[in-house]
Amino acid sequence: MSKRKSAKTSKRLSGVNNFVVKFANVNGSGSASANNLFAKSIFRMGIPVSPHNIFPSNIQGLPTWYEVRINDKGYLGRRDGVDLMVAVNEQTIVRDIESVLPGGYVLYDSSKALRPLRKDVNFLPIPLKEICLREFEHPGQRQLFQNIVYVGALAAFLSIDFEVLTNMVSQQFRGKEKLILPNVHALELGYHYANDNFDCPLPIRLKPSRKAKGKILMDGNTAIGLGCVYGGATVASWYPLTPSTSVVDAYGKFCKRMRIDPGTGKRKFSIVQAEDELAAIGIAIGASWNGARAFTASSGPGVSLMQEFLGLAYFAEVPVVLFNIQRVGPSTGMPTRTQQGDLLTCAFASHGDTRHILLFPSTPKECFEFAASSFDIADRLQTPVIVMSDLELGMNDHVCDPLEWDDARKYDRGKVLSAEALEEIEKYGRYADVDGDGIPWRTYPGAHPEKGSYFTRGSSHDAMAAYTEDGNVYAEVMDRLAKKFAGSLKYLPQPEIESEGNKRGMIYFGTTASAIPEVHDKLAKRGIMLDTMRIRSFPFHEEVTRFIDEHELVYVIEQNRDAQLKSLLKIECNATDEKMHSILSYSGVVTSADCIESAILEDLSEMSKLASA
Amino acid sequence: MSYIVKPRFHHPGLQKNDLGYTRRDYEGTLTTLCGGCGHDSISAAIIHAVHDMSLAPHQVAKVSGIGCSSKIPAYFLERSHGFNSVHGRMPSIATGANLANRELYYIGISGDGDTASIGLGQFCHIVRRRINMLYMVANNGTYGLTKGQLSATADPGSKTKFGEESQYDNIDLVSLAIDLGASFVARSFSGDKEQLVPLIQAGLSHRGFAFIDVISPCVTFNNTPFSTHGYKNTWENNVVLSEIDFVPMRKEITARYSAGKEKEITLHDGSVIHLHKTSGDYDPYDRENALYHVNEYKKQGKIATGLLYINQSQSDLHELNDTVDKPFNRLNEHDLCPGGDVLQDINETFM
Repeated sequence: MSKRKSAKTSKRLSGVNNFVVKFANVNGSGSASANNLFAKSIFRMGIPVSPHNIFPSNIQGLPTWYEVRINDKGYLGRRDGVDLMVAVNEQTIVRDIESVLPGGYVLYDSSKALRPLRKDVNFLPIPLKEICLREFEHPGQRQLFQNIVYVGALAAFLSIDFEVLTNMVSQQFRGKEKLILPNVHALELGYHYANDNFDCPLPIRLKPSRKAKGKILMDGNTAIGLGCVYGGATVASWYPLTPSTSVVDAYGKFCKRMRIDPGTGKRKFSIVQAEDELAAIGIAIGASWNGARAFTASSGPGVSLMQEFLGLAYFAEVPVVLFNIQRVGPSTGMPTRTQQGDLLTCAFASHGDTRHILLFPSTPKECFEFAASSFDIADRLQTPVIVMSDLELGMNDHVCDPLEWDDARKYDRGKVLSAEALEEIEKYGRYADVDGDGIPWRTYPGAHPEKGSYFTRGSSHDAMAAYTEDGNVYAEVMDRLAKKFAGSLKYLPQPEIESEGNKRGMIYFGTTASAIPEVHDKLAKRGIMLDTMRIRSFPFHEEVTRFIDEHELVYVIEQNRDAQLKSLLKIECNATDEKMHSILSYSGVVTSADCIESAILEDLSEMSKLASA
Repeated sequence: MSYIVKPRFHHPGLQKNDLGYTRRDYEGTLTTLCGGCGHDSISAAIIHAVHDMSLAPHQVAKVSGIGCSSKIPAYFLERSHGFNSVHGRMPSIATGANLANRELYYIGISGDGDTASIGLGQFCHIVRRRINMLYMVANNGTYGLTKGQLSATADPGSKTKFGEESQYDNIDLVSLAIDLGASFVARSFSGDKEQLVPLIQAGLSHRGFAFIDVISPCVTFNNTPFSTHGYKNTWENNVVLSEIDFVPMRKEITARYSAGKEKEITLHDGSVIHLHKTSGDYDPYDRENALYHVNEYKKQGKIATGLLYINQSQSDLHELNDTVDKPFNRLNEHDLCPGGDVLQDINETFM
């Protein structure tokens, strides 16, 4: 068989371990597991990858994309432009081909003729349907294996270690051995077809690396679920909501493995699928009030419903943990797209003077750590803790360092009086500030036959938890709550600051982090040097104010329209718009280094124009 | 609004229960409800019931929503922890609390606004979830704290003090509870302590979700002759379908009624209910029959009271979930944290 030259055009993109592959599929067609297989096999070769699912709010039939950036330098933010497109969705093929960089490649199903749409890209026709019709009997397999065939072909095109692929298939179907052979066969069909018909590998290709060795590839929601197991959560109450659903799924999966009492086979956890998010957080608050560690996970619409209860937990000082896996709002918004749009609503959730502890993880490792420590923080401060993840972090796999746990670590249950301690106390006041740090002592129901009981209420109360309409007593309680928050910083993760004494800086948080090293290096190449600060919690540490004070100008980079982090910094750090310039993105796709770099360059040129005018 | 401190002295001859406590040890702060409010009678009945069962007050947790009804947990069992939560959401607090510690007795207090309107969804779902608790509704057909609006339990044609007439079909919480699978359902009247006290005791001893709808007249806004939730109507149209006596588990069982006319029901904690059938062959084990009777009497403008339905074979949420016997709130890192070595293994599956 003579090989078809894919190089009909003069230009062919080239590069080792540095390109973007995008898959355009129909959702519900089984592409997700094939695409995961592709990304993970590259990761197993030790090469840093960052896969992104761009999927519809739908079960079957709508377009879905999977984008994998491969970058040996470890730049794992999104990169604009596609080097190789696997265009197997007829609905979107025209646009998909348009998005390929000049000199890039298009793998498509040639079972049906394709009008050549562009001359400046290289087509890689493979008759996926025909191959599967010929090789497989079962109608389901004929559909499903088209995906596996293109993964096999990509192995040839990009020099993926074929053994890595077959090993992964064997692992995936351990216990279902009958499925291993046809999957391996499908991989081989694609692999051989590509090798027989094209010059393989392409100029863009992979080479085993050590960059990702020793790392893990995990999504943030799985890490949170696991963090809740390690953090000692026993009650999870929730209402299904994309993109938070997989938090409780993961918690349940790990609990079934690790939270079964060996003696009795009984469960040391309980998961309640509530009737709505109001009940979900109510159950978590009820359980926390009674001394269990409890959490709920949700996203924008659910968090809106939880507001009244968050105010109760703040005012009645009941610990509770909420994971907000943010998606695009307002309202239903774009349920399957990502945003950092809930900062303000979460920082001050509920009516009256309220504020809440927010944690901002950036990696699955931090999701795990923050999830576990959020229960300590909530117990210590007796208040809600909201962990602010997002769809990008929660539902996509990310390369990160392995998770760690120190076996000497003890849970911090905060100030809880035991029966013995109550014996020693003359008069117990639930909301008495006996230590002067604004944090009162709690008791669990049933603690002592005659001491320590109190009446929890969302209505105004005095130090003894008795109802009051005395404005001065009310104000004292509010002042104590403010004091408690002022003292909360020592329990919260510090900002991460990289300073070289530059005049300008960047402030960012959460999933923007993946783009920042690349932005920093790209700008440095142009001679623009920026210090960086990643904020990891709210209320803000003093270092945050200092960072702003010490720089002439800071760029506040975030993924929402209204510059919500900047607003918070203005309120809390006394910083001005003159000093803080916003770099915003809110298209629903995680921001990229290109996007941030060009916005900063534009701003700098605007400023120099103004200066010279 | 307890501006007046309640006096603590009591008569030295006051009767003590098995734990050495008098009823005074089961009281709460001074009530702030209107004089004659049915809800105060409910508080009194709870104090009576829990004292006479010799339950230690700290073994009980009280939860409520918002409204006149939901204030009353402050007026009984001061030595119990209480949680006056947000409007209509007591069931979720009760669910979480029960999950955290399965050993306590839980008393949920709600009202008709709290349960039949804003909290109707949570009520339905706590019934479905079979939380082991006693859920009582102080049902007066009106919104007291906001001064006399009609509630969703007000019967069609029932009139408030201001002459406002209910135009809509009412929500009957007893029928709803039976229909959704509550395993102990009763109705009573705040004015009938003799009926209410043993029902409270039986409801607390019953393992599973026990519900008592207590008609509890609002003397200020809904006690007119034209109100179906007033004293007059409730006294005149109360039909007792089945009357019970309650014998706590520690007490010797001595029958007060002649054999053959009554039925003994042994509850999970060993307590016994003596059931006296007063209305034909009413069978509280028969769900369809219970629903039929409740609805038939309702059509005639009558209020069916007593123990209306009981099912002792139903599992509660802990049994359904197969949770460990030890309360969750007593588990520590040793019980709950899988440790560093296991995490290493998990890391490897993500490599």
